[in-house]
Amino acid sequence: METKNKIRVLIAKPGLDGHDKGAKIVALALRDAGMEVIYSGLHQTLDQIIQTAIQEAVDVIGLSIMSGAHLPISEKLISMMKEKGIDDIRLTVGGVIPHQDIPGLKKMGVAKVFPGGTSFDDIISGMNSLFE
Amino acid sequence: MLKTKDILSGNKLAGARLIRFIEDNDPCAFKLLKELYPYSGNAFIIGITGPPGAGKSTLIDGLILEFRKYGKKVAVIAVDPTSPVSGGAILGDRLRMQRHAADDGVFIRSMASRGQAGGLSRATKDTALVFDAMGYDIIIIETVGAGQAEFEIAGLAHSIGVVSIPGTGDGIQAIKAGILETCDIFIVNKCDRPDADAKVLSLKMMLGMRKPDKTGWTPRIVKTIAPDGTGVKELADTFLSHFEFMEQNSSINEKRKELELLYFQSLLKDLTLEKILLFIKESKDFKAAAGKIKSRRMDPLTAAEKIVNKICVF
Ligand SMILES: Nc1nc2c(ncn2[C@@H]2O[C@H](COP(=O)(O)OP(=O)(O)OP(=O)(O)O)[C@@H](O)[C@H]2O)c(=O)[nH]1
Ligand SMILES: [Mg+2]
Repeated sequence: METKNKIRVLIAKPGLDGHDKGAKIVALALRDAGMEVIYSGLHQTLDQIIQTAIQEAVDVIGLSIMSGAHLPISEKLISMMKEKGIDDIRLTVGGVIPHQDIPGLKKMGVAKVFPGGTSFDDIISGMNSLFE
Repeated sequence: MLKTKDILSGNKLAGARLIRFIEDNDPCAFKLLKELYPYSGNAFIIGITGPPGAGKSTLIDGLILEFRKYGKKVAVIAVDPTSPVSGGAILGDRLRMQRHAADDGVFIRSMASRGQAGGLSRATKDTALVFDAMGYDIIIIETVGAGQAEFEIAGLAHSIGVVSIPGTGDGIQAIKAGILETCDIFIVNKCDRPDADAKVLSLKMMLGMRKPDKTGWTPRIVKTIAPDGTGVKELADTFLSHFEFMEQNSSINEKRKELELLYFQSLLKDLTLEKILLFIKESKDFKAAAGKIKSRRMDPLTAAEKIVNKICVF
């Protein structure tokens, strides 16, 4: 997907994570970097995430996962994205992600991984670099 | 490649991508919109406006639920302001409606105002046209507003609901803003708070001063508590009865014609401006003038005046 006027990002929290402070702060940082951020809230099913990404015509889905289930969630989401014909949308994953899992995520097709502690600047430049 | 027939058949991915082209002002949107136009004109368009945090999105969430019970397909356009500093936006209205995300008969689209005057504009109108052609029965447009936005939304919707809350805003403000003239349904939300009845009373007094509008409709007042759904069914029914009222006395046709003419005018304005600006910017005169302004050999006022006078021979 070529760079459009504005990067549109969906920030979503799948599963049962208890709070969304981190995701909200990232949303604000991306807004301040000039992006349009759709924030869809806690406890999203993968089906809701897919439908939201379709309806909002986003360029990126940013998953925030604290539960440790990042590998199966990402894998399932990517296969659903393919099935729906939206695998041109980029997927990024942030949250509690052990470093040894990053290669696996990348291999599945996750475009960027932002493990806990990644600075806002790095998240922003990581997002931007997807569209250069 | 986007196909008109996919959009007409209600394909959400195709519709969503067209809306993205509209937002990004991509020329391909124009051609598709022309093809869709003949299939539009069936939807009932509702505008919901009111001050920040009044409960607009939560109310729309409840309205979707009620309209779905009647088997209506519902689309929502939720407009949020673009930050003038960064150009970015947080589009947070959807958060309140997310339980409908995976419902086949619901399409929710967030939209940043992107610096368009007042936050509403052709992009919103074009998007409503897409939803209309896709077969949505009801389209709800949410905008933040206290004042100007009511007028803008009146140029897009068939029925306007203005949300207010107890304990705020006096009547004078509403009169000044012209809300009395444009609003069809006054929604007093957060009626779990004190002073709800006082609010309703003051609205009633103001409405007593208003004549019925030219369609003969007398504005209604509906009390709601959005999060638990109190009054929301009544609100949905009031919107539907406004629609029926306009259909029965055929004023809906007049309204639709009026809105089409407004659309035509805003298109004229946008297209003329775009074309002329492009023409000017590619001209030798423009480059010469820019050079002179930079080196302070000519002031911007004289330069602009000269160029425009040269083109506009009439
Ligand atoms: N007590 C009470 N709270 C309400 C009511 N309706 C909405 N709220 C709360 O008010 C807050 C704002 O609600 P929204 O629906 O987001 O309001 P909005 O008008 O869409 O806000 P913006 O789009 O940001 O202008 C939320 O925390 C709601 O839960 C109500 O009737 N009573
Ligand atoms: Mg809202």
